[in-house]
Amino acid sequence: MMLLRLAELNAAYAQAIDTDQLESWPDFFVEDCLYKITSADNHKAGYAAGIVYADTGAMLRDRVNALRTANIYERQSYRHIIGLPVIGTDQMSAETPFMVARIMRDGKTALFATGVYLDKLRETNGKLRFVQRIVVCDSSYFDTLLAIPL
Amino acid sequence: MPQAPTPNGPSRLPAWSGDVTRVPYWVYRDKDLAKTEQMRLFEGPVWSFLCLESEIAEPGDWRATVVGEMPVVVARDTDGSIAAFENRCAHRGALICLDNAGKGAKDFLCVYHAWRYDLRGNLRSVAFRHGVNGQGGMPKDFSLEGHGPRKFRTSTTCGLVFGTFHDETPDLETYIGADVLGHFKRILDGKKIEIIGRYVEVLPNNWKMYAENVRDSYHASLLHMFFATFKINRLSQGGGLTISPNGGCSVSTSLAPMDSNDKTYNDIRSVDDDYKLEDTNLLDVVDEHNDLIRQQIVTIYPNFVVQKTQNAMAMRYYTPNGIDRTNLEWIYFGYADDTLEMRQRRLRHLNLGGPAGFVSMEDGCIGGFVERGIATALDESSIVEMGGSGTVSETTRATEAAVRGFWVLWRKMVGV
Ligand code: FES
Ligand SMILES: [Fe+2]
Repeated sequence: MMLLRLAELNAAYAQAIDTDQLESWPDFFVEDCLYKITSADNHKAGYAAGIVYADTGAMLRDRVNALRTANIYERQSYRHIIGLPVIGTDQMSAETPFMVARIMRDGKTALFATGVYLDKLRETNGKLRFVQRIVVCDSSYFDTLLAIPL
Repeated sequence: MPQAPTPNGPSRLPAWSGDVTRVPYWVYRDKDLAKTEQMRLFEGPVWSFLCLESEIAEPGDWRATVVGEMPVVVARDTDGSIAAFENRCAHRGALICLDNAGKGAKDFLCVYHAWRYDLRGNLRSVAFRHGVNGQGGMPKDFSLEGHGPRKFRTSTTCGLVFGTFHDETPDLETYIGADVLGHFKRILDGKKIEIIGRYVEVLPNNWKMYAENVRDSYHASLLHMFFATFKINRLSQGGGLTISPNGGCSVSTSLAPMDSNDKTYNDIRSVDDDYKLEDTNLLDVVDEHNDLIRQQIVTIYPNFVVQKTQNAMAMRYYTPNGIDRTNLEWIYFGYADDTLEMRQRRLRHLNLGGPAGFVSMEDGCIGGFVERGIATALDESSIVEMGGSGTVSETTRATEAAVRGFWVLWRKMVGV
């Protein structure tokens, strides 16, 4: 049943990010993927540019690599709460709401982003992967910086 | 964040003795100073960025923005001219426009008591001005002409709209200065620009720290590892720093790398030659202007930036959000005649900028590190002496000349 499979996929996705297993995050996508973080206003206006824009698996791995070795940001972690998906009639697309709290090294926990994942999926060798995950944040405002992927 | 004690008014501020090679930390923290800054600087002899001309292309199109912390409306009038005015009803002060933008307005109606304004912000009518059933109403001598929100003088260059409150602000192009304007035009002139994204990054610091950061050509390759490793911006690459005659506008330019055996950065943290990108699309640059320039950061005093990094283009408009927060608005753009391939390249290169940018995410947090570092050091000063004490153009970027230039003009305007 698609609903259960998707819920399971999203749970694993959240766990990978929230437990700092970022190296496994690109594995949730096919190689010719599109991962983009945008906002509701940008999405509605049809603006193509995201604050993160990756259209190859290699770009996702580069992002993890950069976070690990190049970029400077304070230690932080996320807690994803991912809601139940609304599955498209083609069964291979979904719209799933999420909330992400950010926990900073000084102990501050704050709601960092809310929004919806616009997903397209593909099954290869019995494994479900994202062909597209557009992260549409409800707000266009981002506090300080966005380092870890949503 | 702990709030530092605030001295009572600018007259009681510790003195800024000496020149701009030392910047006292209280300039970022004093609440009364922030009010003075609003009056003398943002509402003083500066040109503030208002919007793109294309955003208000037709008569009746308008956008809401801020100048410093003042809410502002900018609109296209019926005759095609552009007007800007304070977004404050003359009656009891409510916002006149309640959304970010609108199209095809005939006039503006305040929601509170229905006072009506034309597209230039002139008060046109007052509801029940002559009373109801012969009773009430405004005094007979009340004049519509004598009341209204404060109005800006506007000017445009390269498709951008700027506004000033002050009679003595020199014309826009003189203010920017011929040298800086030349670089500004390199990116914008003769091109129809198209917005492709718009995001706000809320910085945990006073706006002036960000004004320093965008003028700080010294930090770029040291804080940002991405630049140095991939030779997008190393101080040993060709380039330089251009500063306008008033000190406030600047351009930091870096050219494409020439020397593949550059050893300048061998012992510096931000260079790791083992670090390779798997997807090199991010570094696939087309020299659109045939000038070998890889990155250009153009700053317009006090709080606007146009930049081109590789093939990514963005504007940045940063405004105070209280004394210890700054709203940094990123406007990503392309040229209207971009090929699909070029547009795709811009989308990829934009990963360098914005709140999640491989380069610029660090500028998002660095001001907060300074805010926290100086928490109890308001009588201490920073050292802004890289390259000496000058505030003029240089052929090196290993200098803090443009940061000093910002402070020279700031002190002149704010009177500190
Ligand atoms: S406040 Fe605008 S009409 Fe009264
Ligand atoms: Fe920077």
